[in-house]
Amino acid sequence: MTAPAEAVITVKDLVKKFGSFTANDHLSFEVYRGEIFGFLGANGAGKTTAIRILCGLSVPTSGYIRVAGFDAFTEAEKIKKHIGYMSQRFSLYEDLTVFENIRLFGGIYGISRKAIRERAEELLETLQMQAVRDTLIGRLPLGWRQKLAFSVAVFHRPGIVFLDEPTGGVDPITRKQFWEMIHASAADGITVFVTTHYMDEAEYCDRISIMAEGRIIALDTPAALKKQYHASSINEVFTRIARNA
Amino acid sequence: MKKFLGFVRKEFHHIFRDRRTLLILFGMPVVQLLLFGYVIVNDLRNARIAVLDLASDQVSREITGKIISSGFFRLVTYLESERDIHEVLKQGQVREVIIFEKDFARKLQSDGRAAVQVIADASEPNTARMMVNYTQGILMSYTLERNRNLPQAAAIIPEVRMEYNPELKGVYMFVPGIIAMLLTLICTLLTSIAITREKELGTMEVLLVSPLRPVQIILGKVTPYLLLSLLNAMVILLMANLVFGVPVVGSVVLLLAMTMLYILTALSLGILISSLTGSQQVAMMISMVGLLLPTILLSGFIYPIENMPLWLQAICHVMPPKYFITIMKDIMLMGNGLMYFWKEAVVLLFMTAVFIILSVKKFKIRLS
Amino acid sequence: MEDISIQICGIGKSWGKVRALHDIRLEIGKGELFGLIGPDGAGKTTLIRILASLLLPGSGTASVEGYDVVKDYRKIRDITAYMPGRFSLYQDLTVAENLSFFATIFGTTLKENYHLIRDIYVQLEAFSNRPAGKLSGGMKQKLALCCALIHQPQVLLLDEPTTGVDAISRAEFWEMLRRLKTQGITILVSTAYMDEAALCDRIALIQEGSILKTDIPSAIPGDYPRRLYAISAKQMYRLLKDLQQMPAVFTAYLSGQHIHFSLNPDFPEPGLIAMLLEKSGHEGIQIREVVPGIEDSFIALMKGESV
Repeated sequence: MTAPAEAVITVKDLVKKFGSFTANDHLSFEVYRGEIFGFLGANGAGKTTAIRILCGLSVPTSGYIRVAGFDAFTEAEKIKKHIGYMSQRFSLYEDLTVFENIRLFGGIYGISRKAIRERAEELLETLQMQAVRDTLIGRLPLGWRQKLAFSVAVFHRPGIVFLDEPTGGVDPITRKQFWEMIHASAADGITVFVTTHYMDEAEYCDRISIMAEGRIIALDTPAALKKQYHASSINEVFTRIARNA
Repeated sequence: MKKFLGFVRKEFHHIFRDRRTLLILFGMPVVQLLLFGYVIVNDLRNARIAVLDLASDQVSREITGKIISSGFFRLVTYLESERDIHEVLKQGQVREVIIFEKDFARKLQSDGRAAVQVIADASEPNTARMMVNYTQGILMSYTLERNRNLPQAAAIIPEVRMEYNPELKGVYMFVPGIIAMLLTLICTLLTSIAITREKELGTMEVLLVSPLRPVQIILGKVTPYLLLSLLNAMVILLMANLVFGVPVVGSVVLLLAMTMLYILTALSLGILISSLTGSQQVAMMISMVGLLLPTILLSGFIYPIENMPLWLQAICHVMPPKYFITIMKDIMLMGNGLMYFWKEAVVLLFMTAVFIILSVKKFKIRLS
Repeated sequence: MEDISIQICGIGKSWGKVRALHDIRLEIGKGELFGLIGPDGAGKTTLIRILASLLLPGSGTASVEGYDVVKDYRKIRDITAYMPGRFSLYQDLTVAENLSFFATIFGTTLKENYHLIRDIYVQLEAFSNRPAGKLSGGMKQKLALCCALIHQPQVLLLDEPTTGVDAISRAEFWEMLRRLKTQGITILVSTAYMDEAALCDRIALIQEGSILKTDIPSAIPGDYPRRLYAISAKQMYRLLKDLQQMPAVFTAYLSGQHIHFSLNPDFPEPGLIAMLLEKSGHEGIQIREVVPGIEDSFIALMKGESV
């Protein structure tokens, strides 16, 4: 992060209300190109609502939100085209093979057949998964699936990729490898926006924000936050913030 | 017992909080009945008739006028002779022919009685019955009106003849049919869904590791549906009677007893389905495709079984609703007693026993 | 360990060709808080279900409080409480209705055993009329725990109770388990979160159906086979890649803000590494030796090293 920071996500006074309930209360933050941005918060703090808005799946009540250069109110469809998304709950179709999944998602984002084939081979080589090219996803170990799901999420080379609790339940080695992939993508200039319940993963991020009760309570680099809260780990910072909320 | 009642209470909570279930339970009977009723009433509005007026006097013309102006019938043609009757009926030009005998007015005056012949095309029995009923109704009201102004009462005797399907097979069939269909739907579909839902949500795991016995779980599941089905059957019968005038000729107690028997058959089938499958979707598919459609198509409810190819008839014979519909028809329409349909009742009892034995054998006290 | 609560003797289980569990042997003492630590698919759920009498073991035997999990399954269902990994309460029933339902089917009442769950239930009481499906993740787990405890079980089997639950609720949940332990309840809990291992009395690390190691949490890293270092520099990702390329480096992986690495036996000094890295243009290099954590041990064990 040496070059002057260019914001790819700009959020100013984002408010989302459901009836009388305010899920997001005047959120303001920026995420810069090539950054790994950790989006933390307790269950029910309003993370999911905010991510849905940033991905163009939900319309905010008010505020100024630009993602990948597009307005969240008027250009939601364009946002969807320029981002990647992966979550633990849904990633790939279990009854399709590895290659069929890649082809499907490549096709959804309008990549030509030829480009899909080329990039798919490249991807399989990087992941060392050529041998399982025609294996059903459902037969692969969870760790492989997660890595593949991430690769598919960035297959159309989006500017930003949203990862919603991507590493739940995978073994520590796979988790490390997964984060290596995230770092590699970030080094390639893809912005990574990630949520997680693993506090040690939060330490991998360039910057993190912590939400509580619909508001962003803290936003800085992990080191700065630890200093500010006189804590030895992000877990401690998180606990202190959530307890006070 | 306390455990069991607690379970039943929970089950009622589920039912009353789920709109889908509620809709099927209480919306379905009303909609089905009205749907069938509506089709019939609608048909009658345009019923085409022909008149053969051998008398051609004032009274016959007055009656003809009344029939046409009732709005239920449309006069297509006046026939010249009796030879034409079959011609127009066969060609489907008209559905009913009304024949006034010679010297109609004079006979009514002097003998105090005269005959009107009503010949209906009964190949569509429901419509035929309705047409005849309405024709008779009009004749009746005409007679009453006429008698009010006369010192001496006179009677118009309708002589009804059904052509092509004289026994009126299928008349009123829709009521036993609907009851069978709804009971199948509620008991089998809803029960199998209710049990598989617990499997799908993972709550079955928790029930299994509790001291509840399989019997308690199953009975707890079906008891609310048993009660609600019985209530439903009564509502349908009552509605059929009040709205469409479908009679219950035989014993109501016997009718309810047989309904109970069929409910048990359907419930045990529902439990069997649910113990064979793990997902609500599959349970629903089996209940719908494997049960509901055959109930409608293969139970003699809409299509007469006699007209089916032999292999299809064979399938019909293993469909529980077929036996129930036969029993219902016997009691409701013919007023027959147990001695007429004990065979069907035994078949249902046998099926129920088989389903229950299979379910208990298949019910898993463990996962997979 | 004088009083054994759960005894597992050579339990194996296969699904077709897939081996879910292989020759598991464990003894868990009465009143122990025992952690089964491993990733998804390691066989944790299968093992817990076998103990809960929900699955038949393929081979071997197991007993809970002296009752065989196959023969005496009815008895086991009386004295144990099992909380499945997936939230398995009735979402359309309210908090209070769920509780009273589970009390009823175990032949007790909420009143009778209220003292057992008081500590946990006070946090839920304000929501007693809310449907369980509308609770937050942490609240759901608390309710599930209440429902599991309502019949005063001797043994509590918890399958990944903290998965998908935020860090605060997780911490609270573990506090509750510690308190329950003081009442003498034996608790077997599985988790994929390595950092929760330290909260157990003893743990077993499980991977691909086999137990890698069983010990008290603080003893496990003590057997780590090499010296472990933490390194950081300005460009972390490049640093990681460079380290992984070096022949001297045995293993290197991300760990929080640092990279953990260990060296091949022939290269005992990390100083050389720092020099090499500096030469290849890294800035702000900091290296220090660290005490291996559970996760470091797990990674070493997974790679087939004897720890």
